[in-house]
Amino acid sequence: MAKVKVHVFLKPGVLDVQGKAVEGALHGLGWADVSNARVGKMIEFDIGDGVEDKAAEVKRMCETLLANTVIESYRIEVE
Amino acid sequence: MSAAVIVFPGSNCDRDCKVAIERSTGEQVEMVWHQETELPSGLDLIVLPGGFSYGDYLRCGAMAALSPVMQAVKKAADDGVAVVGICNGFQILCEAGMLPGALLRNAGLKYVCKPIALTVANGQTRFTAGYQGQREVVMTQGNGDGNYFADAETLARIEGEGQVVFRYVDNPNGSVADIAGIQNARGNVLGLMPHPDRAFEEELGSADGATLFRSVFAAA
Repeated sequence: MAKVKVHVFLKPGVLDVQGKAVEGALHGLGWADVSNARVGKMIEFDIGDGVEDKAAEVKRMCETLLANTVIESYRIEVE
Repeated sequence: MSAAVIVFPGSNCDRDCKVAIERSTGEQVEMVWHQETELPSGLDLIVLPGGFSYGDYLRCGAMAALSPVMQAVKKAADDGVAVVGICNGFQILCEAGMLPGALLRNAGLKYVCKPIALTVANGQTRFTAGYQGQREVVMTQGNGDGNYFADAETLARIEGEGQVVFRYVDNPNGSVADIAGIQNARGNVLGLMPHPDRAFEEELGSADGATLFRSVFAAA
């Protein structure tokens, strides 16, 4: 069994309004040096040892469901 | 002639669509559950309704796009049947790869719910032919993720091919090129964020949505 983490973020150049709002709020609280705030998501799951090439399988999951590659990029961690 | 409305868990405009099509066109409308793998035969129109399929989890429309019924919807579209995705239905069509681009969170972060003026950007489609000389129509908008996005190359292609069908007069959500609705290259799949199903009788503030449904049947 392996722990899998998939990080999904909007691609650079795609407007991240949530990131902008979070950055604005941090500025409002006095953290003026904050920049480039982005909001993404992390999807975590376990994958059984029956799956041989786990990274390749998780990549397929990303392309099929977990990310929309028109607007999002993803990064996979398999521990 | 007949139409089908696909019902996903979390759809909430499915009944509205049925009533809107029936009253606009007098045609029969069947409701099809998302677990079905086959559609009724002889359909002229398939509607993917608005709502919050699968609670908008992961991304709006992402899970609905992988529902069993979507294979049948894709096949019907390949066979030339007209498909209209409204609001969440538009998001589902993009997620399913049946339309280019994607819908992002509204630029102003707010859920926008109001009557909205649109220009008919292409009046020569099977969805808009009924508007004839009418260049501006009014429908109702109701969404939080209606900000249409396509990369520059895709945008140039759909603009060049006349695939932009509706544009906002006053852009409410940051959509690129004021796009409110697009069709596929073949011209039989339409996705739009505004609701024709909430604007099919004058009592609702506008009857312009009825013309869209009538156009589809007139072209069939």
